[in-house]
Amino acid sequence: MTEAITAEQTGADSPLLARRTSKRWLITAALTTAIVVLPVLSVIILALFPEENIWPHLLDTTLPRYLSTTLQLMAGVAVITLTIGLATAWAVTMCEFPGRKFFEWAMLLPFAVPAYVIAYVYTSLLDYAGPVQTSLREWFGWRNATDYWFPEIRSLEGATLMIGLVLYPYVYLLARAAFLEQSPSLFAVSRSLGHSALSTFFRVVLPIARPAVAVGLSLVLMETLNDFGTVDFFAVQTLTAGLFDTWMNLGNLGGAAQIATTMLAFVVILVTLERYSRRKQQQFAARDNRDPIRRFTMSFPRQLICVAVCALPVIFGFLLPAITLGQYAWEYFDESWNPDFIRNTLNSLFLSGTAALTTLVIGVTLAYSRRLHNTRGMQIMMRLSSLGYAMPGAVLAVGVIVPLAAFDNQVDSVMRDTFGFSSGLLLSGSAFALVFAYTVRFLAVSAGSVESALQKITPSMDMASRSLGHTPGQTLVKVHLPMLRGTLITAALVVFVDVMKELPATLILRPFNFETLATYVYQFASDEQLAHSALPALIIVLAGIVPIILMSKSISGTRSIS
Amino acid sequence: MRLKLAATAIAAACALPVQASADGEVNIYSYRQAYLLEPLLNAFEEETGIETKVVFAKKGLAERLEREGRNSPADLVMTVDISRLNELVERDLVQGVDNDTLEQNIPENLRHPDGKWFALTTRGRLIFASKERVEEGEITTYEGLADDKWNDRICTRSGKHPYNIALFSSMIAHHGEEKAEEWLTGLKDNLARKPQGGDRDQIKAIHAGECDIAIGNSYYYGNMLNDENQREQAEAVRLVFPNADGRGTHINISGIALTNSAPNRDNAVRLMEFLSTPKAQKIYAEANTEYPANPDVKPSGIVAEWGDINPDDLSLQEIAEHRNAAVKMVDRVDYDN
Repeated sequence: MTEAITAEQTGADSPLLARRTSKRWLITAALTTAIVVLPVLSVIILALFPEENIWPHLLDTTLPRYLSTTLQLMAGVAVITLTIGLATAWAVTMCEFPGRKFFEWAMLLPFAVPAYVIAYVYTSLLDYAGPVQTSLREWFGWRNATDYWFPEIRSLEGATLMIGLVLYPYVYLLARAAFLEQSPSLFAVSRSLGHSALSTFFRVVLPIARPAVAVGLSLVLMETLNDFGTVDFFAVQTLTAGLFDTWMNLGNLGGAAQIATTMLAFVVILVTLERYSRRKQQQFAARDNRDPIRRFTMSFPRQLICVAVCALPVIFGFLLPAITLGQYAWEYFDESWNPDFIRNTLNSLFLSGTAALTTLVIGVTLAYSRRLHNTRGMQIMMRLSSLGYAMPGAVLAVGVIVPLAAFDNQVDSVMRDTFGFSSGLLLSGSAFALVFAYTVRFLAVSAGSVESALQKITPSMDMASRSLGHTPGQTLVKVHLPMLRGTLITAALVVFVDVMKELPATLILRPFNFETLATYVYQFASDEQLAHSALPALIIVLAGIVPIILMSKSISGTRSIS
Repeated sequence: MRLKLAATAIAAACALPVQASADGEVNIYSYRQAYLLEPLLNAFEEETGIETKVVFAKKGLAERLEREGRNSPADLVMTVDISRLNELVERDLVQGVDNDTLEQNIPENLRHPDGKWFALTTRGRLIFASKERVEEGEITTYEGLADDKWNDRICTRSGKHPYNIALFSSMIAHHGEEKAEEWLTGLKDNLARKPQGGDRDQIKAIHAGECDIAIGNSYYYGNMLNDENQREQAEAVRLVFPNADGRGTHINISGIALTNSAPNRDNAVRLMEFLSTPKAQKIYAEANTEYPANPDVKPSGIVAEWGDINPDDLSLQEIAEHRNAAVKMVDRVDYDN
């Protein structure tokens, strides 16, 4: 230990820069990135060798629509998620109103509802043959659709609403964590300088929370870009729908990979623009937990507004779908209650837990390596490692199969040639392949949130720790991780629930006779019988809720509030 | 370092179950929902003691099979559409089976000439008509769907769904691409709403009065009749077997193929044989109200009540070959909007 101190002291002129002690971080980060980027690379390589050039046909017919629909959908979802996410995060963090403590975690509930499930539920409620319109016709004596106007749920607007309702928690979570981490004195200073609460929110609070909100929003947008279940069900023609059409109907995997690569470029541009726009910004909050947040006390009507703002998304994003599912579950209880339940649930929990942990460890490694080596190369690695999120699950699954199967078959060939026996497939078709796919897909969630939270910790913390003789690793464990607790928990929670709901990659990659709750539900949903699997669908939602409540409580615990 | 160790450990632990492939099993990649196969596979396990394992997915299984190569643990692929079977043959992922039982049980037009796939069931793509608003005999052919009198009265699911693509392919096969496109444009003009939902949703829409006729697979109707919550909606429609008096009703198949790698080849062939036997065909046909491929087996009671189906004898191979053209036609006509 004494030697370490001496070594550090000699290099203390620039404690944040890479020194011998932290080379290991760089190498680990590079290796990890290389592995995680493999599936994305595989897809890009597939894109280089299409069976048939599909672009002339697409350009002539559907591509313009795919593009404009995709852009409209993303813009709409962005507006919905930002509005709901920011308003509710601000309300529960800074305002005092009845039910605030309940809404702190209840705002997250819609997050546990898969988008394809909520789409199904609302369609069955709101379409022409559904109970709402049927009752309206009975009440008012309308005979058919020409007698009245009713919004079409299976439309671009409908899809926007469905997706927005279940994705706003991304923004809410990250914004709330950011609001909690902000020093209340900033707010006080702004008010004392004559700004109103609203103006302070937009001029002080939001700019500081922007890195976190941007991460949340980019997750939302990538999820939206990749949604297939909802847009397919509503026949809304987005790029993803076009991609699957090219793959499954035209049998052109290469063409599909080209569309996927285009979408990737889309996202890269989006993220780069956002980063570019705040390239000169750098804020460090002096984290001082002794200075508690003082919530506003408000007049009764304002309190009511807060309650309404928070309650509506929960009612429409969670309560209504859950009640409908509950009804179905009750009706079809005998059919859907079977002994495979516990096994499927355990499979889901095991996969979600493992993936959340793996993703978190890798995410912290990458984000911290970047803090140690804030070089261009490291920044690029960070971005590369997050690309998996921008790719539709099913395409990514093929990207995962390619390197894993190639590795397995290579090992097998060597074994056959040298030892005369076959090692078969080691990694493909195993739970490893699944966890690998989840990690690649959801690494953006953990790496992104850890990175943005790390940015807010002033470098003087590192300097102090390093000058006291800690290695970068010790600094991470003793200084950063405790400070990041809220963010880490949030990131793990998001990945956990996401994996719980993940469908396309799970379907393609899972081992024989291996069902998760999501794949089990999908079997019925894809046969137009979601009602038969309402019970396991409810369990996905419930299984998502438990960690949501637990973790939300510990996020609040990271900040003392009076 | 610890991370790498952990990763290796996880990898090793996960890899074990894949390795343990004993003799007494057969592995299936299935495009058909596992719950529909369950009664059949249970019967097979009971009879032979051979354990069956299934991975169900609607996408990506062919890619997985291809990449896994000679080491793939999959013995059989089960599909619900001729095009998927054709794709397996074209990508050279399946092998021919020369087997007397299968050849006896499955008619020649329902299997690949070299035994590279065998149909297990057939299903008609029918017209559903409102009992109230459509007279018997008012619509009798697919061609009739483009008639002006159905303006704003027809519902279908997306034109890109494999079942519709196969139907449109058969129209191309019969009438040529130009005529088929004219027909599809006419059909699109007659739609009461943007194509959406599944086949059941079309029946529900007729019941609700949103449209008067729809296109759908026979078994969806059967399954709705069997479900007490949906019976009323199904009872609002009458089945029409299109072109029954002429060239016949368009059918698709669900089928099975033996993979090239097939580590449990003998067991897999036994399962194929079993699935073609009257016993299994009866279970299969009843589980999903489809038509058995084995001509010796009668359709289930409810299906028999609908009357005989006169299937189009157009080769399924030919339908699969027109698929690409059909998909592009749907785009050109802009059917889904």
